[in-house]
Amino acid sequence: MLEISHLTKTYKTGDKALSDVSFTVPQGQVLGLIGPSGAGKSTLIRCINRLVEPTAGSITLSGEPITGLGAADLRRMRRRIGMIFQEYALVERLTVMENVLSGRLGYVGFWTSLTRRFGPDDVRRAYRLLDRVGLMDHADKRADALSGGQRQRVGIARALAQEPELLLVDEPTASLDPKTSRQIMRLLTEICAEAGLPAIVNIHDVPLAQQFVARIIGLRAGRVVFDGTPDQLTHEALTAIYGAEDWEAMRKGNEEDHEAERDAALRMAAIV
Amino acid sequence: MTDTAHPAVWRRRTPLAALLIWAGWFALVVLFVFCWHVMNRNTIWEFVWDAPRQAADIGDRMFPPRWSYLPELLVPLWDTLNMATLGTLLGVILAVPVAFLAARNTTPSAAVLRPAALFVIVGSRSINSLIWALLLVAVMGPGLLAGIVAIGLRSIGFIGKLLYEAIEEVDTAPVEAVTATGASRAQVLDYAIVPQVLPAFWGITVFRWDINIRESAILGLVGAGGLGLKLQASLNVLAWPQVTVILLVILATVVLSEWVSARVRKAII
Amino acid sequence: MQAPVQYPARWKRPPQIFTDPLWRRILFVGAAVYLVLALSTVDPNWARIAEGWQRGLRFIGGFLQPDFTSRWRDISNGLIESLTMTLTSTVVGVLISVPIGIGAARNVAPPAVYYICRGIIAASRALQEVIVAIFFVAMFGFGPFAGFLTLAFGTIGFLAKLLAEDIEDIDESQAEAIRATGASWAQMINYAIQPQVMPRLIGLSLYRLDINFRESAVIGIVGAGGIGATLNTAIDRYEYDSAGAILLIIILLVMAAEYSSSYLRKFLQ
Repeated sequence: MLEISHLTKTYKTGDKALSDVSFTVPQGQVLGLIGPSGAGKSTLIRCINRLVEPTAGSITLSGEPITGLGAADLRRMRRRIGMIFQEYALVERLTVMENVLSGRLGYVGFWTSLTRRFGPDDVRRAYRLLDRVGLMDHADKRADALSGGQRQRVGIARALAQEPELLLVDEPTASLDPKTSRQIMRLLTEICAEAGLPAIVNIHDVPLAQQFVARIIGLRAGRVVFDGTPDQLTHEALTAIYGAEDWEAMRKGNEEDHEAERDAALRMAAIV
Repeated sequence: MTDTAHPAVWRRRTPLAALLIWAGWFALVVLFVFCWHVMNRNTIWEFVWDAPRQAADIGDRMFPPRWSYLPELLVPLWDTLNMATLGTLLGVILAVPVAFLAARNTTPSAAVLRPAALFVIVGSRSINSLIWALLLVAVMGPGLLAGIVAIGLRSIGFIGKLLYEAIEEVDTAPVEAVTATGASRAQVLDYAIVPQVLPAFWGITVFRWDINIRESAILGLVGAGGLGLKLQASLNVLAWPQVTVILLVILATVVLSEWVSARVRKAII
Repeated sequence: MQAPVQYPARWKRPPQIFTDPLWRRILFVGAAVYLVLALSTVDPNWARIAEGWQRGLRFIGGFLQPDFTSRWRDISNGLIESLTMTLTSTVVGVLISVPIGIGAARNVAPPAVYYICRGIIAASRALQEVIVAIFFVAMFGFGPFAGFLTLAFGTIGFLAKLLAEDIEDIDESQAEAIRATGASWAQMINYAIQPQVMPRLIGLSLYRLDINFRESAVIGIVGAGGIGATLNTAIDRYEYDSAGAILLIIILLVMAAEYSSSYLRKFLQ
């Protein structure tokens, strides 16, 4: 169970990406996060595994705090949270298998990972996951030899290899065609149902969200403006989230979106 | 209908900009003339006017090449190749850590280690391998070792600079993804960054090896072994037919190594 | 109920470049054998190195405590020679490279001119600057004039080649549009080619200025004047504190040249 309370993120430039966001995700629930570009969706899920450092508020996973952890504890926490990315974020020049096994990096020592000698359990699990996402025959291929949909499946397998207690999914279908998008969403929801895994899916395609998730949270300018089931997402609710013709806010939002990405990139620069 | 309503003179730039540009060119000409004058204060023009005759004389002496000298060059050639290869190897070993320290996204300390690494790179780049060899021969005596170390030291800057630029250009998305799995910094380096810079690394290394072949051919001039040593010896006794043979061997080696390096780089990319 | 599938418990990363195991083995063994052979040719004279160790420390000491004053006259003379040599050779080299570069561009030059110009470029690139310097010193006597000629000759190979490649890469439609107006060949070069390649030509010239300075420090070793000659003398006399001062000056000037040329290039674009 994930609990977020009074989460706030203010970027160095002074832009408030999130203000006072609170909600709880119970075991096994797949939650869709919708909202206009730059409403803070990207920032929100990156705050949960602290790829973006929150300014205020607290986040706990199964009662354990995520905010305020030191570097080593944060690593141990991160391995319990799987993340799936918009542009797959695979390491293109590594094999599919290495990409999946990289999900185990938080569990193994440096030497094991350097020599690629993962233990039998890790390898067996990786093969099982590749089989589950339908890529058993592609294990030894390089990731850049795969199609977009196949790459996203590798991304899913990598996240699942962590044996996570929570999945964070950032725009999983943004780079895919409609049919593949549906397949990927179905796969994700099936997997979550099988394992009773809670997930937060950041998604901009509202009909797709309504079709696959059990609960929807709407963000607008960093605030929760809707929280309910897909059926409750009426026209009025959508207007509250997206605004009828509020282009001004959309434009400003875009800038914030870029800021989230830039901030994450900068932090990556600092982390590595 | 006439065109009198429009200006009859058209200029590409405003008069001031044109003036500034002309002033700039004029300043360059003045500077050139001044430098030319200063440079040639001690030039003995008789020698210069005599140069065509000298050139004809040298050319005369250089031909025909003394081909019987060729077997004597095989060992120095082998030494030259080894100097270049081992020097490149040494350079790579030293340059890789320097590059990771110098790259903005991988340096452990931006305040201390990064500037230090950048200084190492600039220092190594500014000093030609011949000067390194000159110093090293004075320190550790003539021989291949001085040449290898000279080539290695010069290669640090070249490989380090190109490699750290490649590291700074990596795609951050996989870095973020691997970090999100709970990987340590060393693991992120190993899984997300190294695979991305590996092709650049091989390309840079082979490129530098090619340059090092050229450079190692002349390091012997200051006593660091190889073909240059033979060149120096032949020049000292004015054995021009031998000089021709040596130059042809160097030329052939350079062309061959350039071909190899171009092939390898093509195969990598 | 489906039977549980047994998944493999072991995975080995498949080889990426050399997929044939036999070739891989041959390559590994070959590399190992080469390394052993190459290392065995290195025959360090340990006694000499042990003796030189002191000298190495003294050199590092000289680098840390450089002595600018006692040889300042020599140093400043060498520096002036180097700097004037650098500027004059770059200017002359650029002036000669432009026609040769145009002549070596396949899309604007007739075939006969093309092959002659390519030949000049190839000759300039194949010959090491130091070797060229040896010949020019032999012909023109010791001093910066020979250095000037060497650097100008080197500039041609570098600049004309890149210029020719630039001209070959230009946007053909612009040249065609100008040609369609009935312009002559010279007008076409002036209106269609020059505006497209000018910024890069200036950038490359500045870059070459930087390279020529570095080279000017080297060719002095074989008698072509400049700071290299001063450095050579300082090392020959074992005056490591003066040598350290010279090296520091070279590094600082190269750094300054690099920064200012990158700044100038940005400014000019």
